[in-house]
Amino acid sequence: MSSSEGAPESWISSFCSLMGHEFFAEVSEDFIEDDFNLTGLQSQVPMYKEALEMILDVEPEDEEDEEEEEEEDEDEDEILGDEKPPGYRRAGDRRHARVASDLSVIESSAELLYGLIHQRYITSRPGIQQMLEKYEMQHFGVCPRVYCNGCKVLPVGRSDTPGQETVKLFCPSCQDLYTPPNSRFHSVDGAFFGTTFGCLFFMTFPDLDIGPRLDNSLVSPTRSSSANNQVSPDVPPAHQLVEINGVRTANFCPGLGLGKIYEARIYGFRVSERSRTGPRMKWLRMKPTDVEELDEMARYEAARKEADNDGDTEMGVAPAGGAQNSAIAKRKKAPMRRRRYNPDQMSINGAEAG
Amino acid sequence: MMEDFNSETDSDYTSYWRDWFISSRGNEYFCEIDEEYLTDRFNLTGLNTEVPYYQYALDLVTDVFDLDADDDLREQIEKSARHLYGLVHARYIVTTRGLAKMVDKYKKGDFGKCPRVMCEGQPLLPMGQHDIPNMSTVRLYCPKCEDLYNPKSSRHASIDGAYFGASFPSMLFQVYPGLVPEKSTSRYEPRIYGFRVHAAAALARWQDQYRDDMKTRLRDAGMEVKYVEDEEV
Repeated sequence: MSSSEGAPESWISSFCSLMGHEFFAEVSEDFIEDDFNLTGLQSQVPMYKEALEMILDVEPEDEEDEEEEEEEDEDEDEILGDEKPPGYRRAGDRRHARVASDLSVIESSAELLYGLIHQRYITSRPGIQQMLEKYEMQHFGVCPRVYCNGCKVLPVGRSDTPGQETVKLFCPSCQDLYTPPNSRFHSVDGAFFGTTFGCLFFMTFPDLDIGPRLDNSLVSPTRSSSANNQVSPDVPPAHQLVEINGVRTANFCPGLGLGKIYEARIYGFRVSERSRTGPRMKWLRMKPTDVEELDEMARYEAARKEADNDGDTEMGVAPAGGAQNSAIAKRKKAPMRRRRYNPDQMSINGAEAG
Repeated sequence: MMEDFNSETDSDYTSYWRDWFISSRGNEYFCEIDEEYLTDRFNLTGLNTEVPYYQYALDLVTDVFDLDADDDLREQIEKSARHLYGLVHARYIVTTRGLAKMVDKYKKGDFGKCPRVMCEGQPLLPMGQHDIPNMSTVRLYCPKCEDLYNPKSSRHASIDGAYFGASFPSMLFQVYPGLVPEKSTSRYEPRIYGFRVHAAAALARWQDQYRDDMKTRLRDAGMEVKYVEDEEV
């Protein structure tokens, strides 16, 4: 998909096969060659031009007609003077450009540049697809949390600025962040994956099954029927809703909720909440049994309707039911809104290659 | 290890079995059980039905083994000895002396650090989800987020959880309440281009409400619950 023609091993593929770089996708050259995708990176990366050349393996050609270029560059230099950005390497220095120390500077610049391009690439259509393949092959590992049942995780960053934090793993089952178990990832910059990727990934592939591997109980038989039927008097119980807040109920934090929370026990007896050392963190892994509780709009509407009908004595239970129905009707519209939204977002990212 | 046993005769076998056991690779979670604890039969009640070759295994663990057995039998006894040690270990580490030894190991970080980013390297404690052997492997309990994790190394992932028991971490903090780490309300907020995601944010609000309910409930009972963030405000 992204392998380069020509050289048997491109800089990109050798970079991605390095120890500790297993999380990286191979950014396609088409993506890099589109200047639009590189907007703003010039000011972030020292020796930007050389780094870009290194990534695209165009250096050898460059060296052949170096003499010529140097002269031209020198002329340019005189004219442009100090106007060039500080990151730009001037032609005068180029005579010594192939000194080993310089090469290592370019190399580290190239790695930084590649990382920043990578952050953008994996939110584009081909990039996210490539990451999906890696995800499904479990290249990023599984969640260490016992109750997540080996849910596959995704590499993400906590910052989009390089040099701040190393790469972390995002578990969709408990919506939490973990440090990679292997120390070789402890030197990979988190910004090379970015803050957006983790969530965007699971919104792009909402049908990706992240539930427990061997658990079929979540797939309820009424799911498909409740999706298509117009709201009828026999409203299905909330836990059978297909979607909640734009996420499939079955894929909404399957690792959280009652039964998926550690209960401290001594000789079989639970430790009381009133104990000094009692449980204090259950909220972190808690999820309502009835996911409808999370539909804040519907709850607000229901509360407002009830308030409106306050004086009305004969309307006891009915208005609540009506509110529920309208809330459900609203929820039906939600997925469509989301689906229309997504493709737009992807093309904004500059996803379309060619 | 087996070679050592085979090459040596019983008479010049001097190294202590328990020393060898706790220092061998993969057994880093175990602490050394006192000789006195092991030799008190009361502490071993019921284990004779659980462990095959019980008496030989006990002899091996207490370094008084002097049976001239062939390799197969010796290997089986060796296996039993490890099983016996594990089962006694689960009982030992909830005693005063055992707890003290495990606290030392906990403070040294022998059981690893919590993988959860927000726990900021909180040391873990080993435990089992069951007290019955062969039910589940050892888990690691984080006292900061009060959750269970799988050991990251495969050499620890095969240890039986029953060798530590389900009561151990709670017992430890009952005895050493001062060791309970400060809890934090910080959590990961998934974002897309800087914007929080609705589903996750709605759940977070619901969880915050759940936590506040608990705080109110405990305040009514005369207890104040403090999180790190509460003190900063």
